Amino acid sequence: MGAQKLSGPDDAAESQATLSAEIEEIEASHSAAVAAGKPAETQPRLDYPPYRSSLLRHPTKDPRHADPETIELLSPAFGHRDIGTLESDLTVQAGGEPIGERIRVTGRVLDGDGRPVAGQLVEIWQANAAGRYIHKRDQHPAPIDPNFTGVGRTLTGPDGSYSFTTIKPGPYPWKNHHNAWRPAHIHFSLFGSEFTQRMITQMYFPSDPLFALDPIYQSITDQKARDRLVATYDHDITEHEFLMGYNWDIVLTGSNRTWMEEEDHD
Amino acid sequence: MTEQNPASIGAVAGDTATRDLTATPGQTVGPFYGYALPFPGDSELVPAGSAGAVQLHGVVYDGAGVPVPDSLLEIWQPDESGTISRATGSLRRDGFTFTGFGRAAVDPEGRFSFSTLNPGPTEAGKPAFISVVIFARGLLNRLFTRIYLPEDTEALAADPFLASLGPAERDRLIATREADGSLRFDIRLQGEDETPFLRFPGHGD
Repeated sequence: MGAQKLSGPDDAAESQATLSAEIEEIEASHSAAVAAGKPAETQPRLDYPPYRSSLLRHPTKDPRHADPETIELLSPAFGHRDIGTLESDLTVQAGGEPIGERIRVTGRVLDGDGRPVAGQLVEIWQANAAGRYIHKRDQHPAPIDPNFTGVGRTLTGPDGSYSFTTIKPGPYPWKNHHNAWRPAHIHFSLFGSEFTQRMITQMYFPSDPLFALDPIYQSITDQKARDRLVATYDHDITEHEFLMGYNWDIVLTGSNRTWMEEEDHD
Repeated sequence: MTEQNPASIGAVAGDTATRDLTATPGQTVGPFYGYALPFPGDSELVPAGSAGAVQLHGVVYDGAGVPVPDSLLEIWQPDESGTISRATGSLRRDGFTFTGFGRAAVDPEGRFSFSTLNPGPTEAGKPAFISVVIFARGLLNRLFTRIYLPEDTEALAADPFLASLGPAERDRLIATREADGSLRFDIRLQGEDETPFLRFPGHGD
């Protein structure tokens, strides 16, 4: 590649202003619906046109109601044989110290009744401090950090707690539209006590200036729901002369199994 | 409101009164899961070619009928006798333990393939199925579905959930048994022949 910019099908010509107008319109219509008495949405819309990649990848039919059956009322079991002890510390996995702001992200995984999800697998992946993923498809011309893979795994404790030591990821550009940038985030993959609770999401950092511009974050049309993806800076987690601390608790969908068990015992 | 880390399980009931217990929203898996979520042996619930091993395979399509090259599937199922494994070790398979869980990223042509067992029914008279969750770039939240085995036509016909679907939709949840014994199940995220996806109680979306 020379200095001249090549044009091709990946070139995103639409402006942020175009995208932001779409985002604001959807947000306003959701607010109006809530004002008229509809419940606020709590999950992202699957049909969210500002996220252009969703156009052909969202179902158009309503999901079918299903009562979970036996297999769905349990989750795969993971244990200490599944995970190395160092996998929750992303700063010690390669040869040396990765570059960037060392952080700890810790919190609890709860079910919809407030019960801790104990002994379950939590997986994370993220860009490095410069906003670059190790992934070969990431073409962002920012440096790869040879000491940072950005991949972590852990098991929750008896109280549902998890903790990762890592580097604060940087924002990075993507091709949704011209000059599109994702707010800094960490991908989280979570299992509950039943398979119906399986989910993957993204954790964000407080006060990111890119929030208003990002169609993935904004696909959750209700501000209060979006806020649930934003970690809280917590000085009690911050360690003297070592790292900055963030707290982020995750609530999975309600557990059908625990309700049924309770009914059985009543 | 900044919450301190509650220290004990005993605090749960008291916690619940003040805590926001609305489910945390999902987000797309994005394009870069490939170096994080796949693991060696992820799609081999049993070693390929071992006794009883069955290939479960198919293609993930978008609304234009184009294969989706950046999708990830997980399956969760009982063994042939309908027993649900409580064994750990999916991430470090030993080649002998059936954990019931598998994960497969699709290939550049949208194809996925698992090596697994035919699941048995977990309850007498119920049709056997494999539980599936689907993630993809461009898909803002996970999708759940089921892959039913085609053989037990009596149990399939008697199943109340399948009966709640139209005949065409019902057929889309039943895998095809191919001549080589494999199970074929394509996933269509959008369109006329869209795969029926499931909403379980408690799902806010």
